[in-house]
Amino acid sequence: MNLSTSQLFIYTLHLADNALILGQRNAEWTGHGPVLEQDIAITNISLDLLGQARNFYQYAAVLYNNFGEEEKQAVDKYIPRLWKTYNRELQEDDLAFLRDEHQFINLLLTELPKGDWAQTILRQFFFSSFQFYLYQKLQDDKDQQLSAIAEKSVKETAYHLRWSSEWVIRLGDGTNESNHRIKEALANQWMFTGEMFTPASYERTDLASLKEEWIKKMATVFQEATLEVPQQTWMQSGGKEGKHTEHMGYLLAEMQYLQRAYPNATW
Amino acid sequence: MSTESEIWQLLEEVKDPEVPVLSILDLGIVRSVKTTDHKIEIVITPTYSGCPAMDVIAMDIRLKLIEKGYRNVSITQQLSPAWTTDWMTEVGKQKLKAYGIAPPNPKQQFCSTDMFQQEAVQCPRCNSYHTELISQFGSTACKALYRCLDCKEAFDYFKCH
Repeated sequence: MNLSTSQLFIYTLHLADNALILGQRNAEWTGHGPVLEQDIAITNISLDLLGQARNFYQYAAVLYNNFGEEEKQAVDKYIPRLWKTYNRELQEDDLAFLRDEHQFINLLLTELPKGDWAQTILRQFFFSSFQFYLYQKLQDDKDQQLSAIAEKSVKETAYHLRWSSEWVIRLGDGTNESNHRIKEALANQWMFTGEMFTPASYERTDLASLKEEWIKKMATVFQEATLEVPQQTWMQSGGKEGKHTEHMGYLLAEMQYLQRAYPNATW
Repeated sequence: MSTESEIWQLLEEVKDPEVPVLSILDLGIVRSVKTTDHKIEIVITPTYSGCPAMDVIAMDIRLKLIEKGYRNVSITQQLSPAWTTDWMTEVGKQKLKAYGIAPPNPKQQFCSTDMFQQEAVQCPRCNSYHTELISQFGSTACKALYRCLDCKEAFDYFKCH
């Protein structure tokens, strides 16, 4: 059995899930942004994330369809049960719309409710800086397709990172109200950042050096934003193993409704 | 005329559905055209990962070729090397400007994560460089929204990527 290929499949799912779930969250802003330009910005970011997720899911589906029986067994717990009744090859949409909550292995940070604008901005900043440094490293991955997707995506993520950094500063160093809101977001979300750097068994990158770069970015932006990097506290975890917050089920119920009510629907 | 050069000419007629003055050749997304006996293989590079125009473009290529009797066509997407606005043709940039969209500046330091960078973007209407950014994300993922401080018009900027 080729263990590394099944690990590669799971890791690809993890990258896809991160992008899809945050993309879905950000899409909730459609028509609700604080001003039109920023409504368009956050939903454009959502679209980029959805596109990245599609590239990863498509690749995961190709990997799976080429697996032998033993490899299929090794990743069986991630495969949607409903798809098994379809009697056709696995496709990207099956992975996005038919898996159950415990089969998703995204970071908990990505599934947290969108909250107010400060919560959305801070989460985006945490995630985009993580994703930016991660994609930079993945470009050198020995798996060609993974590195190609990273090479493509890192350019988009650079814009997300710049945009969210500027907004963290705008809110932190803005009015009393905006400063208060982003501090509250920081108190709520910091405990979800540790999971990014706690390696799962399928992880492929050097998370320790990634963390160093990430912390440096936090320090630079927080200083301009008149915020303080919180002291180390207890960190939440579980997302990478399929253990989610209570918010995840609601998100999936909305996102997956159509494919579950009308299996194989297309338009 | 060889089949291959005829295909290239036909591809010039396929337009970007969101910026219809640009052909897909102007946009620089066609990587290669290969013709073997009865089969045509076309490789395209997506602009942005989530760009909804890509599926439409692939379909439009197919339709354009069917129109001329080419039925056995395969279109594959290639991610690497990643598409960049530097691949847009000079003619394409001129067409964009005439259409009212500021063409992308050469890829440069502004394609970075550095904050609050001001990029000199020329107003496509009055040619002034006295312009300011309204939003990094415009009507589509590939565009930013700018305002000209001289002629007061807002305009799209096809941002460097």
